[in-house]
Amino acid sequence: MRGLKKVLLSAVAFAALGGVAQAAPAEKVKIGLVTTLTGPSAVLGQQIRDGFLLSVQQNGGKIGGIEAEVIVVDDEQKPDVAVNRVRGLIERDKVDFVVGPVFSNIAVAMFKPVVQSETFFISPNSGTSNFAGRDCSPYYFVTSYQNDQMHGVLGKHAQNEGLKRVVLMVPNYQAGKDSVAGFKRHYEGEIVDEIYTSLGQLDFSAELARIAALQPDALFTFMPGGMGVNLTKQFRQAGLADKVKFLSAFTVDETTLPAQRDDAVGFFGGANWAPDFDNEQSKAFVAAYEAAFDNVPGTYAMQAFDAAQLLDSAVRGVGGDLSDKDAVRAALMKADFPSLRGEFTFNHNGYPIQDFYLVKAAKREDGKYQTEIVEKIFDDYADDYAGQCRLGS
Amino acid sequence: MSTTLLVVQTLNGLQFGILLFLIAAGLTLVFGVMDFVNLAHGVQYMIGAYLAATFTALTGNFLWGLLLALPTALVVGIILEVLVFRHLYERDHLSQVLATFGVILFLNEAVKLIWGAAPLGVPVPEMLSGNVVLMDGVLYPVYRLVIIGAGLAVALLLYFGVNHTRVGMLVRAGASNPRMVSALGVNIGRLFMIVFGFGAMLAGFAGIMVAPILSVEPGMGDNLLILAMVVIVIGGIGSIRGAFIAALLIGLVDTLGRSFFGDLLRLFMPAATASQTGRAIAPMLIYILMAAVLFFRPAGLFPARR
Repeated sequence: MRGLKKVLLSAVAFAALGGVAQAAPAEKVKIGLVTTLTGPSAVLGQQIRDGFLLSVQQNGGKIGGIEAEVIVVDDEQKPDVAVNRVRGLIERDKVDFVVGPVFSNIAVAMFKPVVQSETFFISPNSGTSNFAGRDCSPYYFVTSYQNDQMHGVLGKHAQNEGLKRVVLMVPNYQAGKDSVAGFKRHYEGEIVDEIYTSLGQLDFSAELARIAALQPDALFTFMPGGMGVNLTKQFRQAGLADKVKFLSAFTVDETTLPAQRDDAVGFFGGANWAPDFDNEQSKAFVAAYEAAFDNVPGTYAMQAFDAAQLLDSAVRGVGGDLSDKDAVRAALMKADFPSLRGEFTFNHNGYPIQDFYLVKAAKREDGKYQTEIVEKIFDDYADDYAGQCRLGS
Repeated sequence: MSTTLLVVQTLNGLQFGILLFLIAAGLTLVFGVMDFVNLAHGVQYMIGAYLAATFTALTGNFLWGLLLALPTALVVGIILEVLVFRHLYERDHLSQVLATFGVILFLNEAVKLIWGAAPLGVPVPEMLSGNVVLMDGVLYPVYRLVIIGAGLAVALLLYFGVNHTRVGMLVRAGASNPRMVSALGVNIGRLFMIVFGFGAMLAGFAGIMVAPILSVEPGMGDNLLILAMVVIVIGGIGSIRGAFIAALLIGLVDTLGRSFFGDLLRLFMPAATASQTGRAIAPMLIYILMAAVLFFRPAGLFPARR
């Protein structure tokens, strides 16, 4: 009985203290990190989690000088699960920021519950066209890219190089079709064939035989995850690597290279950053990440690290007072942090304006594999949908 | 050009069929002999691939990897039999499906804990990494020919083993009347364990053989399990011969359908519609084939004699 009284008393005292401190900075910044940690794509989600937490850890467990509580939840790559869990984060845990997810279809499902509750939503990876354009929100910020841009890099490169005949091969679903559209926006040469495979296809021998028969200058493909590993291995084994230039998006990156190894070396991709990026903060990040997690960080980890830095700068910018949403928004919009990719600014729709590069898979001296920057393709590239967004006008 | 493409695609189809046979053979053996629905067959295939990746990395040689992974896959199969499956033989199919599905979930996560979620790769052995020139300008990877050879060898071995050896005789007898075999003094429990272990090893062998051409990742067996099920349904449950022919049939229909169905449709309709219809229907062809077989021969093409 006495024990209970004590607890009650201290609770009252605590509440009173809280009351006094009303206008002062929040005592704790709560962040819900929604990412994919189970299923075949878990490795992408792990990079995002690790990249984000690395930044928080480097700041001594703080965001903007205030103690941070990061609640990591797994969306299982299922939209319904993601919605349930993010509702819990908002209503039960009362988080100040939601960071996530990996996949665009999950982001689409999470979008409404998050922004309707007027919680700031930071995407470290997915960047769909609708939220960049007509459905943009003042509560939505993207630290990655608009999805089409990554495909556009390869289209632009093929155009610049004067490649005459290109075969496109993508899985037959929405993201695959978007990929084709993104490539075509910047490429004007002849598209010899568009091959649509089933999603999750394992064996590409039939398609590769067809490509060999068509003898194009280049293949552009979008085969995320295990499909990309299978494709690059089989492409190499079929003896096509010396004859057909391999251009890809989300197919050859740090999450798949440990499996693709030598088979993917020399294959091209598009990115907003690569582990060999030449600036101080990026080098420090790559070294710290590799020391902590024993794998090479990809763009996923980089964008999550930047997301944490963004939050840090914004919380600092408002002096820790998160109650004034407009002030928080203005602080986020400034993007006042040393981005790992150097220049980084937000467009009025909350999507980044940044440079894009052609990258190439390579083997490092220590035997690990990474992508490396070949050349800059786009300078300060704003996405193509920003014009449809009415924010800030 | 078109004929050479046809030859290559036929070869691709055969190769895919052989791969399916390697997986389906163990499944149909266990299903036919023991009347046991083993959904976990796909994860045993995955484990074979992971073991191959581990042992190849350790020894630096694919052949050693194969030789070490094969008995390990057998041991894993037998451990699973003793721990889980043995207690399910007497139960109905629904319990078996539920329990083996649980094993799928468990092992997929276990693999992720042990090896991590990122896909692994196994390099093609140096000796077999080249290409053969089939015809003018038509290359075919040597390793794929090796897979065809390995599959044919397994088919022969199974045929001989089941039809012409004493163990094979006991297996067939155990399939048709386990009680009688037991009454004649044969330890039927051990016989089943051997059959199951062998089935698991076949699945593991398939996993090992594909490791150099496919990515080794959690859940890699789940898609193939469905195809293997289609194979044994078309071939007739429990029939090795049926599984062999059905696997080749599916491999050919799938590969040729994917590559030529659109072109075929182009003879009847405008190009744009043809390619769109083709790409929609091609992945369905094998299921249409299965539906047709089930309609005309509900027990499959080569039903095992009971």
